[in-house]
Amino acid sequence: MSERAADVELVDVTKRFGRFVAVERMNVSIARGTFYSLLGPSGCGKTTTLRMIAGFEQPSEGEVLIAGQPVAGVPAYRRNVNTVFQHYALFPHMDVARNVGYGLRQHGVKGEEERRRVDEALALVRLGGLGARRTWELSGGQQQRVALARALVNHPTVLLLDEPLGALDLKLRKEMQLELKALQHQVGITFVYVTHDQEEAITMSDVVVVMRDGRVQQQGSPQELYERPVNRFVAGFLGLSNFLAGRLVEHHPATGGAAVTIGEGMAIHGRVTDPEARPSAGAEVTVAVRPERLWIGRADDAAAERTAGATRVAGRVRQATYLGDQNEYRIETALGELVARRQNSEGGGALPGVGPGDPVLVGWRDEANLVLVA
Amino acid sequence: MTAASRAALDRAGPWVDRVFRAHATLIYLFLYVPIGLVVLFSFNAGGHTGELRGVSLRWYDYALNDRFAMGALQNSFVVGFWTALIATSLGTLAALALQRVPPRVRAIFDALTYIAIIIPGIVIGIATLIFFVNLFGWVNPWLDYVWTAAGLGAPPVIGKGLHTVVAAHVLFTMAIVMVLVRTRLAGMDRSLTEASFDLFATPLRTFVQVTLPQLRPAIVAGALLAFTFSFDDFVIATFVAGPGQPTLPMYIFSSIRRGITPEINAIASMVLAVTITALVTVGLVYRRQARQAGETAAEPLALGIAEDA
Ligand SMILES: Nc1ncnc2c1ncn2[C@@H]1O[C@H](COP(=O)(O)OP(=O)(O)O)[C@@H](O)[C@H]1O
Ligand SMILES: [Mg+2]
Repeated sequence: MSERAADVELVDVTKRFGRFVAVERMNVSIARGTFYSLLGPSGCGKTTTLRMIAGFEQPSEGEVLIAGQPVAGVPAYRRNVNTVFQHYALFPHMDVARNVGYGLRQHGVKGEEERRRVDEALALVRLGGLGARRTWELSGGQQQRVALARALVNHPTVLLLDEPLGALDLKLRKEMQLELKALQHQVGITFVYVTHDQEEAITMSDVVVVMRDGRVQQQGSPQELYERPVNRFVAGFLGLSNFLAGRLVEHHPATGGAAVTIGEGMAIHGRVTDPEARPSAGAEVTVAVRPERLWIGRADDAAAERTAGATRVAGRVRQATYLGDQNEYRIETALGELVARRQNSEGGGALPGVGPGDPVLVGWRDEANLVLVA
Repeated sequence: MTAASRAALDRAGPWVDRVFRAHATLIYLFLYVPIGLVVLFSFNAGGHTGELRGVSLRWYDYALNDRFAMGALQNSFVVGFWTALIATSLGTLAALALQRVPPRVRAIFDALTYIAIIIPGIVIGIATLIFFVNLFGWVNPWLDYVWTAAGLGAPPVIGKGLHTVVAAHVLFTMAIVMVLVRTRLAGMDRSLTEASFDLFATPLRTFVQVTLPQLRPAIVAGALLAFTFSFDDFVIATFVAGPGQPTLPMYIFSSIRRGITPEINAIASMVLAVTITALVTVGLVYRRQARQAGETAAEPLALGIAEDA
């Protein structure tokens, strides 16, 4: 990633509104052609970050670079960046084609050339032939596409999207997720995508940056974030986790390997996910275990010794829920309640006859133990 | 509560409804019957009001050929036109300027704007009259002095006339325009201007291509309302109009002192037609805009409910 040119860079960017710090010392480098997502709960500063890139807000400190150039003092209308606004912001007094051609006309592209490029952009978002329609007559999904075409027609260096699918219903949102991803691939433009939906970020992005209270928590590929979350917040925000309180026994910074005691002196082994962390022995840590990493079997399962993994704990099913593709079990154990999920694939599937109140055995391998220091 | 009394109340329900409906009907009759009568009698073929003798356009013909009535009508149109033009231009600019000042300052000016609308016409009439008398008393000697010194002959004398009526009308109709435009500006989606900046339009081009078209309904409505208020104002015009240049309401009032003729009914009906046309146009403009904004209800036209976001 670092070898490729960065389209957008934020260097130590801080944004304050009065005394309130909306974004704090943010450092990101967005490589050319990446689908880059800003992920975090509402109010964590995602929109503010986007607005600083677009030029609607100025950083209180730090620097924004677009295509390698510092853009401090460059007004929004001179930045080669386009935005798809959260509520689309289509001009109601213009038809679809005039909306899409708006950016072109400001650069003096008019008449035949404008028409050709507008048609091209509309075809790209599969709205061919709708140029003469009024924007308010279109459905939410179509308006969304018009907003997209209006931005893409200008071939910006970076396309900024602020929760563009937020107003759509679930089914349409899923469709648009795939379509947006494919579109980004096709046009090769860098996308900076804001969302509070972790699933959306995971399915669409090349790189995700997780934010909380204006601070970057972690950035990396969706897989990195899911498999090696560096702290409790990231582990909890992306997917589900079982959190077990523990105490660190030893830690090898070179490999990340760690020994931890959980519960009543139960010794387990895992890895400290944050490569920067240097916890001292005896420190309080959290061990996160993903539900799908838990093995469950009947209490009397003879094969448990071989398949359950190094850590095993007896429990009792409190609740069993059928989720369609999965079954979820909530199990009371000495370590607290554990959530386990089993895929309903052939050969796997539910444990027949195991329901609430039944004794079970829960186990997992050492690789599943994510030792979180913060 | 006993079952019997509850049943009695249940039976009373429809009666209560009926009483309220009858009351509402009476109120509307009370409001509109007099106006209806004026229109009805304007088509009277007979020569006396209060005695209907067949339908004819005789009195309209009479009114349209009445040199004094038509002169007054023309004065009213001229005053209304200039009032609308000036009030709309100044009011819109003022509203745009107010958008750029700190909220606290804006609140003060908003209050002043509402007050300007509420001030009774008679106060505006007296105040502007005193102002003009003083102004002319101060300016005319200077003109006299300058003209005499330069040897230009007889000096011009500025006095009351249609222009003073326009000035007084602009005073309060401008406030109406401001309220309408301010409401529209406050309700305008800020992301539209940002989208325009985002799509490379400079601030000036954004104003022309996005802001102004968004304001158009409010500006049109403001112009029509300013015209309407000016067109049927009697009180203020009476104070500041020049001699021998009455507006139509002034003319009507002075003719009534000589007795109500069917001609007056015809003129009043025509005034009513002009006013209603203007107001219906305002309504239509706002309906269209509301449809564009994807709302179902038309924007509140009542000036009092115009609020700030
Ligand atoms: N113009 C502003 N003035 C004051 N506070 C603001 C302004 N814009 C955003 N904020 C605050 O900054 C924080 C981050 O906002 P935002 O970037 O919109 O969050 P997100 O998009 O992640 O939901 C919020 O607490 C918000 O209230
Ligand atoms: Mg936001």
